[in-house]
Amino acid sequence: MHAIVCIKQVPDTTEVKINPETNTLVREGIASIINPFDTYAIEEALRLKEKFGGKVTVLSMGPLQAREALKEAIAMGADEGVLLSDRAFAGSDTWATAYTLSQAIRRLAPFDVILCGKQAIDGDTGQVGPGIARQLQIPQLTYICRLQEFDPVARRIRVERLLEEGREIVSCSLPALLTVVKDINQPRYPTFMGIRRATRLEIPVWGAQALPDANPAYLGLSGSPTQVVRIFNPPARAGKVLLITGDTPADMASQLAERLLGDKVI
Amino acid sequence: MSKLEISGDLCTACGTCVDACPFGALSLEGDVVTVNDQCTFCGACVDVCPAEALHIQRPEVAGKSDLAASHGVWVWVEQFQGQACSISWEMMGQARRLADQLQVPLTACVLGHNIGHIAREAIAYGADRVFLAEDPSLANYRTDPYAAILVGLVRQHRPEIFLLGASARGRDLAGAVATDLHTGLTADCTGLDIDPETRLLRQTRPAFGGNIMATIICPKYRPQMATVRHRVFEVPPADSTRRGEIIPVSTVIPESAIASQVADFVLEAGQVNLADARIIVTGGRGVGGPEGFAPLRELADTLGGALGASRAAVDAGWIPYAHQVGQTGRTVKPDLYIACGVSGAIQHLAGMQTSRIIVAINKDPEAPIFNVATYGIVGDLFQIVPALTAEFRRRLGR
Repeated sequence: MHAIVCIKQVPDTTEVKINPETNTLVREGIASIINPFDTYAIEEALRLKEKFGGKVTVLSMGPLQAREALKEAIAMGADEGVLLSDRAFAGSDTWATAYTLSQAIRRLAPFDVILCGKQAIDGDTGQVGPGIARQLQIPQLTYICRLQEFDPVARRIRVERLLEEGREIVSCSLPALLTVVKDINQPRYPTFMGIRRATRLEIPVWGAQALPDANPAYLGLSGSPTQVVRIFNPPARAGKVLLITGDTPADMASQLAERLLGDKVI
Repeated sequence: MSKLEISGDLCTACGTCVDACPFGALSLEGDVVTVNDQCTFCGACVDVCPAEALHIQRPEVAGKSDLAASHGVWVWVEQFQGQACSISWEMMGQARRLADQLQVPLTACVLGHNIGHIAREAIAYGADRVFLAEDPSLANYRTDPYAAILVGLVRQHRPEIFLLGASARGRDLAGAVATDLHTGLTADCTGLDIDPETRLLRQTRPAFGGNIMATIICPKYRPQMATVRHRVFEVPPADSTRRGEIIPVSTVIPESAIASQVADFVLEAGQVNLADARIIVTGGRGVGGPEGFAPLRELADTLGGALGASRAAVDAGWIPYAHQVGQTGRTVKPDLYIACGVSGAIQHLAGMQTSRIIVAINKDPEAPIFNVATYGIVGDLFQIVPALTAEFRRRLGR
């Protein structure tokens, strides 16, 4: 069984500021982590390996610093890691990112399953997973909260997807691409042995040269259909809190109810 | 100029593509498929071919003429179990405004089974034309057949703008369709405008958990695709006297070409879903345990609202993840958000700070939730919340 997990390194906070002069993100002094949703994808892949044998490969695209994210996944138990890093990949939007990752996955094939987090907490798009699946022409199953059955021999999978109205139970053929939500598992911590292994392991870095079948016109900024033309701070929430005080809970409840009925939200 | 290539080596003459072609452009000649000049390069055959023997060669990047040839605004109307989802009509109001500004027609794509009534609703909400694809294989949303039909329609009719809802299904579908079409897709938009000079769609969206906003354009590829966040835009008034054209779509993707089967759906019984809820009552660490949600549930039921939870409460195992609001849960925008015992970590605020009215009930007057609250009560939620429930029951007669 070969599971490939796509992970992204993201800033460890949502408190990102904009430099008002350059209109770019201020990233200095902010630690980087594995995108939280991707840690559930790693854990699910490790559980599959424990059950069926085989290996787990983690794949990321980003600056050289993203090696740290791959090493952390290896410390958790992943077998191999590959980093896609090249100036030619810079400025990729979700289309170009999915294209580049899918080109790398073709080199890592064969595989039974690709796992991704449902979205990254910096971009919040959730588009790269489906993009990879379509590039590779394999089925996609998104927003998975439970893996009910996984049969690498019969090449079938059965999952629960968390949708707005409830949970959908879907079966599908393998190989497939899965994106997972937080509910699916509790990611493990890196082990001492894992950390030692990760420290020694060389993470190969693949540039555009390593993807000979990739169309250079589809990479990076020039391969990205979308362009960001403006970044700005959202308008601050207007007004200040109105504190409601009173002698008894019933008194405060009555005042609040009066306000809310007046605001016509009930 | 586009060209449909048929690999004689790979073609097994199974005839699937001949049946799938909406234009009768394909035929079996001996043991190989041939194409005539009826072909519109819609791609329906490529998508169904089990042998991957078909390929459409297209010009690399859309030239100026291709950009100019793209015309019209499209919306995918999402439905669940035969009912249109509210995001579809919220989007339709915006799409109508964009179409009017560009002076182009507005088209709705309605896919499902026995959903003719939704096509008529789409016209009432502003569509000039509806593509209606009805088939048992489309009863439940599945990526393969839905994407194949939309990709085919877009390639054939070439809209300049295509909007879908930023729901789980909408994001799943939009990601697939935009990849196949090789065009730009902007996720979760909260603002859509036309640049009057370039006629480009300016798509504004929050990123980094709502801490920054970005405006994005897609100048060289068509259609310009975006998913639209729920409850940002008002549902326009429906006008049942509006006239529009309903065009049946006969393309059917054979079951053998669809990878997935929906076995069951477990509805979250008795709960309003967080995405659509107008009122949400949320509990945080301050509720103390699973039983602490009982008074909150009573208040939510009294107000006809949904029950939310902070990450702390979900991680403690007090309530299922489906209730989680915030960066790693759901983003919500109700009219009224009542936060009980929620401290207001930045990751929680990211998921709810655009709610219209926020009420904070917390023992700690320094809790950050008060910074975004409209009204605050410093006190014990186990006293305040039941008092509030009693007060509303009395006033609303419930």
